[in-house]
Amino acid sequence: MAPATLLEARQLTVEFTTRGRVVHAVTEVDLDLAQGEVLAIVGESGSGKSQMLLSMLGLTAPNSRVKGSVRFDGQELLGAPEKRLNQIRARKIGYVFQDPMTSLNPYLSIGLQLAEPLRIHKKLGKAAAAAQAVEMLRAVHISEPEQRMRQYPHQLSGGMRQRVAIAMALVCGPEILIADEPTTALDVTVQAQVLSLLREARERLGTAVILVTHDLGVIAELADRVNVMYAGRIVEKGTVEDIFYRRRHPYTEALENSIPDLSDSRATPLVAIEGNPPDLSAVPAGCAFHPRCPYRLAMCDQAVPPLEAVDENHSKACFYQGELGRGAKAGG
Amino acid sequence: MTREPRGVIATEAEAPLAAAPGRSLWQDAFARLRHNRAAMASAIVLIVIVVAAIVVPWISPYNYYTPQWALLDLPPTLRGWHIFGTDDLGRDLLVRVMWGCRISLMIGAVASVVSVGIGVFWGAVAGYVGGVVDSLMMRVVDILYSVPFIPFVIVLIVMFGRNLFLIFVAIGAVSWLDIARIVRGQTLSLRNKEFVEAARASGVRGPQIVWRHLIPNLVGIVVIYATLTAPAVILFEAFLSFLGLGVQAPMTSLGVLVSDGAGELQSFPYLLIIPAVFLAAIVYCLNFLGDGLRDALDPKDR
Amino acid sequence: MSETILSVRDLCVYFEIRDEGWFPEKKLLRAVDGVSFDLEAGETLGVVGESGCGKSTLARAIVALVPATSGEIRFDGQNLVGLDAEQLRQQRRHLQIIFQDPLASLDPRMTVGEIIGEPLRSFFPRMSAAERRTKVIEIMQRVGLMAGYINRYPHEFSGGQAQRIGIARALILHPEVVVCDEPVSALDVSIKAQIVNLLMELQQVYGISLLFVAHDLASVRHISHRVLVLYLGKVMELADSDAIYRAPRHPYTQSLIHAVPVADPRQARARPAKGLEGEPPSPIDPPSGCVFRTRCPYAVERCAAEVPALRQVGESRVACHLAEQIQSSS
Repeated sequence: MAPATLLEARQLTVEFTTRGRVVHAVTEVDLDLAQGEVLAIVGESGSGKSQMLLSMLGLTAPNSRVKGSVRFDGQELLGAPEKRLNQIRARKIGYVFQDPMTSLNPYLSIGLQLAEPLRIHKKLGKAAAAAQAVEMLRAVHISEPEQRMRQYPHQLSGGMRQRVAIAMALVCGPEILIADEPTTALDVTVQAQVLSLLREARERLGTAVILVTHDLGVIAELADRVNVMYAGRIVEKGTVEDIFYRRRHPYTEALENSIPDLSDSRATPLVAIEGNPPDLSAVPAGCAFHPRCPYRLAMCDQAVPPLEAVDENHSKACFYQGELGRGAKAGG
Repeated sequence: MTREPRGVIATEAEAPLAAAPGRSLWQDAFARLRHNRAAMASAIVLIVIVVAAIVVPWISPYNYYTPQWALLDLPPTLRGWHIFGTDDLGRDLLVRVMWGCRISLMIGAVASVVSVGIGVFWGAVAGYVGGVVDSLMMRVVDILYSVPFIPFVIVLIVMFGRNLFLIFVAIGAVSWLDIARIVRGQTLSLRNKEFVEAARASGVRGPQIVWRHLIPNLVGIVVIYATLTAPAVILFEAFLSFLGLGVQAPMTSLGVLVSDGAGELQSFPYLLIIPAVFLAAIVYCLNFLGDGLRDALDPKDR
Repeated sequence: MSETILSVRDLCVYFEIRDEGWFPEKKLLRAVDGVSFDLEAGETLGVVGESGCGKSTLARAIVALVPATSGEIRFDGQNLVGLDAEQLRQQRRHLQIIFQDPLASLDPRMTVGEIIGEPLRSFFPRMSAAERRTKVIEIMQRVGLMAGYINRYPHEFSGGQAQRIGIARALILHPEVVVCDEPVSALDVSIKAQIVNLLMELQQVYGISLLFVAHDLASVRHISHRVLVLYLGKVMELADSDAIYRAPRHPYTQSLIHAVPVADPRQARARPAKGLEGEPPSPIDPPSGCVFRTRCPYAVERCAAEVPALRQVGESRVACHLAEQIQSSS
């Protein structure tokens, strides 16, 4: 019995007009998130992934145009009045930003910031909110939580700040946690701690997670399903095993081949992807990846390839029908 | 699979234009400035005033100092040369206002140049050398700040007489303080930028770093503050003139004209209004231009 | 590949920190605390460690952007520590650096040609502009930049291209040693590989030695011949990059390796990445004896009393009292 769908996005499109040019940050994205599952979105900077997440909560910049539909719990989020969105933010959908230094207010103590969502959304009094905040700090494995409540963000290390940010996002017990590159700025040992935190959140609270990252190791550890984004579009979707063992899109393959794995020695060549990531105000015609694609065909600059099913849960947007593996790493 | 050396990465999308000139930050900023209508309008008005101030006294048959007893207190008229009328000594107001503009603009320009010259040098050295030298230099600035400016200038003028040159020097000597502080702050932040470290790693010597890397990156902010210093200076001169301490009669400045005109406000209002309008226009335009420059040079937009 | 080109002995870089309060004490921040290693011609030595371990400071100390407090940095028979300003400046021809943030390391008001050509002006002041231009174009093409870009400005380039400009500038003097301070950390994921490959290729062509400082273990493993593991300014382990991965001997190195998530779902589920508990201690007040002991699962009394020396154990050089007993697993 498939778990219920919590979040459903259809044809989500986000555009910005700046200085006379139109930036197509997100184009016609379809996305589904089931209860309790971890969905990973892979894409590099400039793939529009952050804008996609922000648009779901109505947090994009004023000069943006958002089209399409995002339904949460049966309700349409796009264009919803601020009041309704505010009830959902933090209470139902928590958000963790990439850089904890900028997402935490440097002038307020940790305790105040952590208690804020509780007081707003759950209408708790100061003391009750503070008590729950301490529990939350304990839950994210921050030592001496009572003392930490009075400290300020600059007194904590990067890893601790990110854990506080996660605590803030989870404090009201939301159904969905959106995490935008939560571990990119962190040391690898701290990253491992944060990953296990996210796993715990899923196991103990049943929170569904949308995780945006370009770290394949993180995806392999946490994700149930993966969506690969390039130039604002989803180019491949599938379960985590589909994406790692049965990938069908040249970009997915190119990405995996260009990222070194700890088990690769000096002898294993890194196959770099040619060219540069696309400028979202001047996306190449047809398939946006075609200028960099080793499998490109004549038709690839003529039309945008639609997402077609490869398997039950696996689909790709690519005209090339043959086998991949031209760029496979030895033993990959 | 053979691995091609991927040292030279080029795609068709990056086909080179033969050594195309790049678009420097100045060009970018200038383009932004051009879109700022207030700034552009101000620039045009200023240019018109400057040209008029230069040309009109040349071509007019009247000068600014010869009294014409037959033509006392004429109102503005469109016939003949007395477009602005004459003052209580029969001197043509148009020419006097133009001379006033000349003097005020000169004072603004010279004082700004002097203050920028001293301020940039002081601030850049203090900021780059740092340490004890920086502390000492900035303490000097602090002490000078606390000198009451107006009494100081008055004392100078009383001691050395009402010399135009002295006024330039007095004003310039005090207005460099702001610029010095700002330049020092900028230098401090630039000094730690990686491209300065990179220059050191490339073997560039200290003074060359200041000249080649720090100063060009300071120009932007200095230009902004210079355009904002000039109106302050001009107004200050007007104030001095109002107190009777400005340029010597029969030479005139906008401040003198305003001061004289204020005395005749009841009977001949144009004697006050016209120079006041010019003074206000110059100060407004310089301010708008300075604001526009600040917006244009702000790299946040990229 | 056996000629030693750079020899570092007991390098220490300490910073004075003024404490808060009415009667501030002067404290010492030991950013680099007794690091020794040799760098051979044509070799890449990777330096890894987490934030605050001192690797960036080490990188800058080697190219004399940060003054060393004590120790030796021997290049070509000369000790760079303690040289006077002009002698040091002369040595800069041989030791260059590439920075982490490609755009920040380029003067925004200078053209690409001027930026790359600047080192030539410092050391060959009599070289004509035309000759400089020829050399600049030559090195630009070598690093994959179109000659036509020579009059462009840094802000017109992407991160990857800007880093190539930085590399061109570092190489134009044909230095023997190039220190790379996290050269790919700020780059897009799909560009990192291009730059790593470029550096490896340039090393082949020019025979340069690279000191590759980074926190991404996988990149370091890929590009380096040997790897140095730093913690709180001290060397924990120094070994061939294969040995570091296959058989890490120091507990800290083992923790680092275990913390990297494996890019393979089945393996990752079976053996998830394991973090390290606690926080790194402050470099102002480091623990006595072995600095890692506060987070080490194997710590014993001796670890608090005695600083472990770097010694050969199996294939690696390790600074740990218990190196022989600890199972080296990966």
